Amino acid sequence: MTPLEPNQADLIRSRQRGRARVMALLLGAFVILIFAVSIAKIRAGMPH
Amino acid sequence: MTPATPLLPPAHWRDFLALTKPRVMTLVVFTGLCGMLAAPVGVHPVIGFTAILCIALGAGAAGALNQWYESDIDAVMRRTAKRPLPDGRMDRQAALHFGVGLGAFSVLFMGVAVNLVAAAILTVSILFYVLVYTVWLKRRTPQNIVIGGAAGAFPPLIGWAAATGDVALLPVLLFLFVFLWTPPHFWALALFMKSDYAAAGVPMLPVVSGERTTRTQIGLYTIPMAAVAILPWPLGLTGPIYGIAAVLLTGWFALLAVRVAKRTTHADDAMKPEKALFKYSILYLFVMFGALVVDRWFA
Repeated sequence: MTPLEPNQADLIRSRQRGRARVMALLLGAFVILIFAVSIAKIRAGMPH
Repeated sequence: MTPATPLLPPAHWRDFLALTKPRVMTLVVFTGLCGMLAAPVGVHPVIGFTAILCIALGAGAAGALNQWYESDIDAVMRRTAKRPLPDGRMDRQAALHFGVGLGAFSVLFMGVAVNLVAAAILTVSILFYVLVYTVWLKRRTPQNIVIGGAAGAFPPLIGWAAATGDVALLPVLLFLFVFLWTPPHFWALALFMKSDYAAAGVPMLPVVSGERTTRTQIGLYTIPMAAVAILPWPLGLTGPIYGIAAVLLTGWFALLAVRVAKRTTHADDAMKPEKALFKYSILYLFVMFGALVVDRWFA
């Protein structure tokens, strides 16, 4: 295996960091949405 | 040893967003939302938001799978050459995994959080766009966008089903309206992007049958589209706000379509009437659905 050039390694790191941040935000939003949907269904007396 | 293929760095998250065709998604989300708001029963805001989110994610998944399958065509068309796959910013497997994952997630979430009828129609719409339009029809027949147009016509039906758990005559008419609106809309675009489609080997009507036939077909498809656009009013499904808006807006659409249908072009034609029809057709769809919601809420 050939070692990555410093520029390429930096690019990969920064892409991975950006994707991890977006994924964390989306997962957080998903958890909040699941909670809100559950509350809405419980209040409406709908089955899960 | 086989020659090593160049390794791509991980794609930027914006490229995944671009894969979902956000501009197309706007129209899909809007018609889905209007279908939901036009329904006779109210829907809890959180459930309504979830339904629209699932429609958007489903449309995004269909767009991603479309770009995964069509990257070879996209590479030779000016309009699409800068997309993440033809531009070499993302590897094909990542796009495929993203599209399948997003599609499965949107359907499952719709089924669990909203209802099974909406989830079933969402499934049909994604499969229709990917398998029937993209894989089967697009490269084989000039009727590709006539039949494939059904895929883009599902969102109002899904929105209505999300609110009611059922399907009724009005959302079926909305489905038919978008279905019949699609050919004049896309053929207007195809007329002024003809060389791009020809270079990519996509058998769009102007490429296969020529401009004259395409112009005639634009005129012919506008007739049933206009009838279906106005029909909810005489049937008593909507009030005068929608009815009057439909008559005026559809009348203007028909005028632009007739102008395109009657035209013959010359060399270096700027194709202004075709571009005007294409632009107006987008605005027309937005305003028609907006008028429907205003009518259902205030009439």
